[in-house]
Amino acid sequence: MSSKAQSRIEALAASARRRRRLQAWLPWLVIAGTFILWEAATEIFDISTFILPAPSDVFLAAVKWWKPLLDDSLHTLISTLAGFGLAVVAGLLLGVAIGSSTLVYKGLYPLLIAFNSIPKVAVVPVLIIWFGIGVWPAIITAFLISFFPIVVNVATGIATVEPELRDVLRALGAKPSDIIRKVGLPRAMPYFFASLKIAITVAFVGSIIAESVAPNAGIGRLMMVASSRFDVPLVFAGLIVTGMMGIMLYWIAEFIERRTTGWATRGQDAQNFTPGG
Amino acid sequence: MTRPFVEIDRVAMRYGGVEGTLALQECSLNVQQGEFIAVVGPSGCGKSTLMRLVSGLWPATDGNVVVAGEEVDRPLSLVGMAFQNPTLLPWRSILDNVMLPLEVVPEHRKRLRAERAKYEQKALDLLKLVGLEGFGAKYPYQLSGGMQQRTSLCRALIHEPPLLMLDEPFSALDVFTREDLWDVLQQVWMARKPTVVLVTHDLREACYLADRVLVMSARPGRIIAERTVPFARPRNQETMVEPEFTKLVAELRGFIALARKGEEVI
Repeated sequence: MSSKAQSRIEALAASARRRRRLQAWLPWLVIAGTFILWEAATEIFDISTFILPAPSDVFLAAVKWWKPLLDDSLHTLISTLAGFGLAVVAGLLLGVAIGSSTLVYKGLYPLLIAFNSIPKVAVVPVLIIWFGIGVWPAIITAFLISFFPIVVNVATGIATVEPELRDVLRALGAKPSDIIRKVGLPRAMPYFFASLKIAITVAFVGSIIAESVAPNAGIGRLMMVASSRFDVPLVFAGLIVTGMMGIMLYWIAEFIERRTTGWATRGQDAQNFTPGG
Repeated sequence: MTRPFVEIDRVAMRYGGVEGTLALQECSLNVQQGEFIAVVGPSGCGKSTLMRLVSGLWPATDGNVVVAGEEVDRPLSLVGMAFQNPTLLPWRSILDNVMLPLEVVPEHRKRLRAERAKYEQKALDLLKLVGLEGFGAKYPYQLSGGMQQRTSLCRALIHEPPLLMLDEPFSALDVFTREDLWDVLQQVWMARKPTVVLVTHDLREACYLADRVLVMSARPGRIIAERTVPFARPRNQETMVEPEFTKLVAELRGFIALARKGEEVI
């Protein structure tokens, strides 16, 4: 190889490294920048803490109330995960059923859509009548809200198996269950993980709605109590903790996704410079 | 003469109810065991429909389809198929893609777990035969279109099907790759003698590969002409420059031109 080619390859690799480093740091830079802007804005425009507390006030409130904040966020995390877990199981089962049978699809879809259009806030009082104030309304609301995206995505993945591939398998004597197991399910996995990333974030919405309507425990209750005491910095602390939990779970979902369905996102990896690969 | 392996007797196929499109009508043909036939015809004449009827994937509206002495009324479990698109599974390695039929065909799936090594060797041998030695661990996206199509061919052959259905398997490839794969297919056929039905719109391909070429009419499709291909095997580049070859291709082209105008031939 000529020295010119050598130096070009090295330059390419170096620029790819720089780009990767930037990609890793960028989210943190953006978050830090947001907080700095926010702090500066409250300072410059002299915004009252009651309207928009500065990040430093929020931080102080979080430190002051760290114990209830921790307890309540753990409570919310657990009921969210419980509801989300139920949604994953039920969503996968129903998604497979809907995706593999036109009959089930035609029969259930209108009902599912009608159900998903109902604002979940309106369902919480009913759940409280049924299950009483406690952890169940939060779990079930989280389940109800995160279940739909999973069903739709899994069903899409299974229903869009190429007809030729179906023919290849059927001509070998494959049963419908073989086709779902060998092709439908693996094919639906990227859709499934994409839906998990949506589902986990909306699951928080569900549990916190329930906690706010029936304040018993959790971040939702904490924020209701704080706002009734006009402790706006603590309300914001609750919001930020919720956002952090959302990001954390999103990352976990993404990590599992990358491990199991790397074949589906290779297009994005291709941008990276991989010599000899 | 023994009983044909595939007997199609005056079948009709209509899509979408009584008023639907009539894809095939009064279509009859026989294929002997171990014979290689090619079906050519104007586009949209029902060639692919015919293939699906023979495999039992779709039921015929009228007439009889008999394969290996039995009436076809459900999907056969012994057909190897390949299409214009390789339709490989992107999450499986090349080797695992080729082994897919073994996990499905009843008689193999029972033995696969116990005799995995033996089956794997068979798949590797097949990959070697089509010129993909050393690619077993790769994934489909790492291979070119031609290589993917070779893999697809291996997948159609791995369970040693007595009947091979090929629906324009080479039409998405460039000329050089295509002619390469003709030789690969010829070699496999000569080694194993499966019964092959090749649907194609490439007349040179049909004459190069088949023992017999059948011409279909425009829709509703039926067989309007038939020519036996006389050249000795293995055929090669020389075969294609023989005057006989050129004459045969020209004759078939004439049939298709007539078929497109909807005129009678025979």
